[in-house]
Amino acid sequence: MKTALLGVVLWLIAAPLVGGLLAGADRILSARLQGRVGPPLLQPFYDALKLWDKRGGVVNRFQNFYMVAFFAFVLASGAIFFAGGDLLLVIFALTLAGVMLALGAWSTHSPYSHVGAEREILQMMAYEPMLLLAAVGMYLAGRSFHVNALASSGIPLVLQLPGVFLGFLLILTIKLRKSPFDLSASHHAHQELVRGITTEYSGRSLALFEIAHWYENVLLLGFVWLFFAFNPALGVAAALAVYFLEVVVDNAYARLTWKVTVRAAWIAAAILGATNLAVVKLLLR
Amino acid sequence: MAFFKKSPWLLHYDASSCNGCDIEVLACLTPIYDVERFGIVNTGNPKHADILLITGAVNVQNEEIVRNLYGQMPDPKVVVAAGACAMSGGVFQDSYNVLGGIDKVIPVDVYVPGCAVRPEAIIDGVVQSLAILERKAAELKRRGGSGEPEKPS
Repeated sequence: MKTALLGVVLWLIAAPLVGGLLAGADRILSARLQGRVGPPLLQPFYDALKLWDKRGGVVNRFQNFYMVAFFAFVLASGAIFFAGGDLLLVIFALTLAGVMLALGAWSTHSPYSHVGAEREILQMMAYEPMLLLAAVGMYLAGRSFHVNALASSGIPLVLQLPGVFLGFLLILTIKLRKSPFDLSASHHAHQELVRGITTEYSGRSLALFEIAHWYENVLLLGFVWLFFAFNPALGVAAALAVYFLEVVVDNAYARLTWKVTVRAAWIAAAILGATNLAVVKLLLR
Repeated sequence: MAFFKKSPWLLHYDASSCNGCDIEVLACLTPIYDVERFGIVNTGNPKHADILLITGAVNVQNEEIVRNLYGQMPDPKVVVAAGACAMSGGVFQDSYNVLGGIDKVIPVDVYVPGCAVRPEAIIDGVVQSLAILERKAAELKRRGGSGEPEKPS
């Protein structure tokens, strides 16, 4: 109980700091890959603090409600994860957060916002099967859906679930909003959809989106950590290595279409995920 | 603490420029000038922007667009007119459809001369506009308007 509470408090306080620093490192690394110097490490914090002081334009009463709901569900999802709770609940809360974001974009009249929302739903359709297979795989290998039990079991999940891990890396690109799967919105400023799903947001609600995204990134890297939880230090190293890889991939690829995204994610889920699960189910147990 | 000068997001609009100035604006993002060092992001969305950077003269066709973009930007905001045409209409000022500089339509805070305007001059103009942006932000804060949603007019 005590460790669960500590986990939640740490999540609420430390996750945005870590997420913001990771976002800053991402921007510097991206700049270096393009032969530029890049912004200061704390730039994402400056951006969020600036947005907090800016006037927000709202186009209707529901827009900000959905953004706050998105923020709340991301927080709830991570709180369950870092309290050592049920992986399935974590995934469902995260899904609900995504739905809120799409609804917020749909409540406006901007066509860019609408296309962003549609793409967000398509992205969710793409990554959801693999995300669930990851939880099921952890259950088959670790005999529990609880993060606590999985982390303390000492079972090297990544060795039993290499296919699931690779499939998870692929959908991680979608969730982190990185190219080639950053369909609904990415962090690169100029793009064909203006700003996609966040086009109609400004001021504090946009700052909330940024902060929620930092939280989300830390939560997703927490999933990566869980694969390596038998050795916590190795887990942290793996999570950072995966983030580095995602930034490199982000800079190396152009955006793909939604069809390729859904196809790639589903094929990965079917081949890497399902095959891995069958092997674990039939041979290892 | 004021963070506007650490994170100015910029919206670039080509009113009726010959593209000379626009190429120079984009050059600011390249490795040689790299304005992201100062936190400057070239956003395509007026609702996210703090600085409206306009190149070219205003004509009857894009007058409404310029007004619209300016209106969609949340306070505090500044306008930078980059290049000879944006300042006064330039060589096009006698044309039948050209209204003149940007200040014929919306209030301009900084004028950056040049034909085409040099990237160094653009960066200088944008940095000067940051002081004005900070002043406007402080004024907004004093009136208690920062962070508040804009009242629909």
